[in-house]
Amino acid sequence: MSVQDPSQGCCKAAPLLAVRGVSKTYGGRVGCADVSFDLYPGEVMGIVGESGSGKSTLLNCLAGQMAPDAGEVIFDTRGAGPVDTLRMSEPERRMLARTDWAFVHQNPRDGLRMGVSAGGNVGERLMAVGARHYGDIRAQALDWLDRVEIAADRIDDRPSAFSGGMQQRLQIARNLVTGPRLVFMDEPTGGLDVSVQARLLDLMRGLVRGMGLSAIVVTHDLAVVRLLADRLMVMKGGRVVESGLTDQVLDDPQHGYTQLLVSSVLQV
Amino acid sequence: MTETEQYNFAYLDEQTKRMIRRTLLKALAIPGYQVPFASREMPMPYGWGTGGVQVTAAVLTPADSLKVIDQGADDTTNAVSIRKFFEKTAGVATTTRTGEASVIQTRHRIPEAPLGEGQILVYQVPIPEPLRFLEPRETETRKMHALEEYGLMHVKLYEDIARHGEIATAYAYPVRVEGRYVMDPSPIPKFDNPKMEMAAIQLFGAGREQRIYALPPYSRVVSLDFEDHPFEATKADHPCALCGAEGSYLDEVIVDDAGGRMFVCSDTDFCAGRRAAGHVGKEGGA
Repeated sequence: MSVQDPSQGCCKAAPLLAVRGVSKTYGGRVGCADVSFDLYPGEVMGIVGESGSGKSTLLNCLAGQMAPDAGEVIFDTRGAGPVDTLRMSEPERRMLARTDWAFVHQNPRDGLRMGVSAGGNVGERLMAVGARHYGDIRAQALDWLDRVEIAADRIDDRPSAFSGGMQQRLQIARNLVTGPRLVFMDEPTGGLDVSVQARLLDLMRGLVRGMGLSAIVVTHDLAVVRLLADRLMVMKGGRVVESGLTDQVLDDPQHGYTQLLVSSVLQV
Repeated sequence: MTETEQYNFAYLDEQTKRMIRRTLLKALAIPGYQVPFASREMPMPYGWGTGGVQVTAAVLTPADSLKVIDQGADDTTNAVSIRKFFEKTAGVATTTRTGEASVIQTRHRIPEAPLGEGQILVYQVPIPEPLRFLEPRETETRKMHALEEYGLMHVKLYEDIARHGEIATAYAYPVRVEGRYVMDPSPIPKFDNPKMEMAAIQLFGAGREQRIYALPPYSRVVSLDFEDHPFEATKADHPCALCGAEGSYLDEVIVDDAGGRMFVCSDTDFCAGRRAAGHVGKEGGA
């Protein structure tokens, strides 16, 4: 089964992730309603919108952390081709979540084991997929700490001894160590000061481009999507009100809400 | 009426014993899997072996011969009080000799003498969940057992090596049973881990945690390790000061306040047996 949306007009054959009509309600309240899009390999999709617009609900539904009420999330798996992840068995989905997927939380405390050293945090995913050679695990952990600019001599320190920016970089290293193909990021730069944010964004852009990752980045910060995202979806009240190329949406917003969002950015 | 007649045989009522036996059968059918059971209040505090006592009570028959050990010794408080408990409530024969016992309740040791078919070893377990201190949510650990997600167990061993240069876990060393469930062998020293592949039935009872698990005879029990840091069954590098045994697990006993110490077998029956057979260590002369 090949899902293709001709309206996207992309050159690549099959999307990595095809989302069809995903809806989630909390009782009478709408979390997200009828969201559909395609994500192609190597592409970064930004989802922006104000607080309560359904961004995080959508992300959690896509990443299998929450069960949507309706819709399909079709992921192009390595082994079996496109599969609807919502109808997968739980062991398969959890396996996917620690191999081909990665999830970067806004608060690194949610994504890290605070009682385990930095090296152990990075190594956990490797050990979860069967690595049983201490020296190799350690070497890969060191390599990844270096890639996210954490000094090698901090490998045995616990994340609680790290600054917020370092914790976030450690979380990224921990997620990318198994070479995932799709990364979900929920406000990856939230709660960091601007200079640390800039450094983190620079690092993430390098990693995403270098590894050819696809990513879905949820944020309320338009600067983050400007730097990272190829395409953009704007959400309001659980619905996608506008989508398109990032620069196109930000430079020439069509929908009233997008215009408001873009004009609300503070200028220094 | 004698004291024994005032109790139902082995203290517990028959319905409770029946419930525990059903749990034991299920536990033996799924080696290493923690089966929940309705643990009863016992006339002793939690942490004193309420789980082991309930399992023992459920498997005892009037013809059995019971041995109780605490850290290998027959004469320490916990062992003495549990032995007396069953003498009083079941009237079964008790022994200190490993070879003569049909049921052995143990706290934190496996006897040195190999156990045979027909014997039952009952462990007292404080914390049955090997993943407890790595993942505090019981809902999550159950799921991890169900889906065989045991990578986290190695994170603990990784941390040991990163911090101490070797796997420093010396007791309650996690094992994998029959290539499936990861199990906490109760706080036995890791020296005893290789002995768990034995001919006797091994039953594990955790009273406060309300879990029972089991190893059928000759189950494959593998201690977890890394390829470049293999499992090692370690002990103090001394011979026993009383019987001179080289290969038994030793207790370190401080004998004065001037730094004097001696190493003696933790298994008192094993040590006494060797001394009776004429083996003498360097301090065992007197």
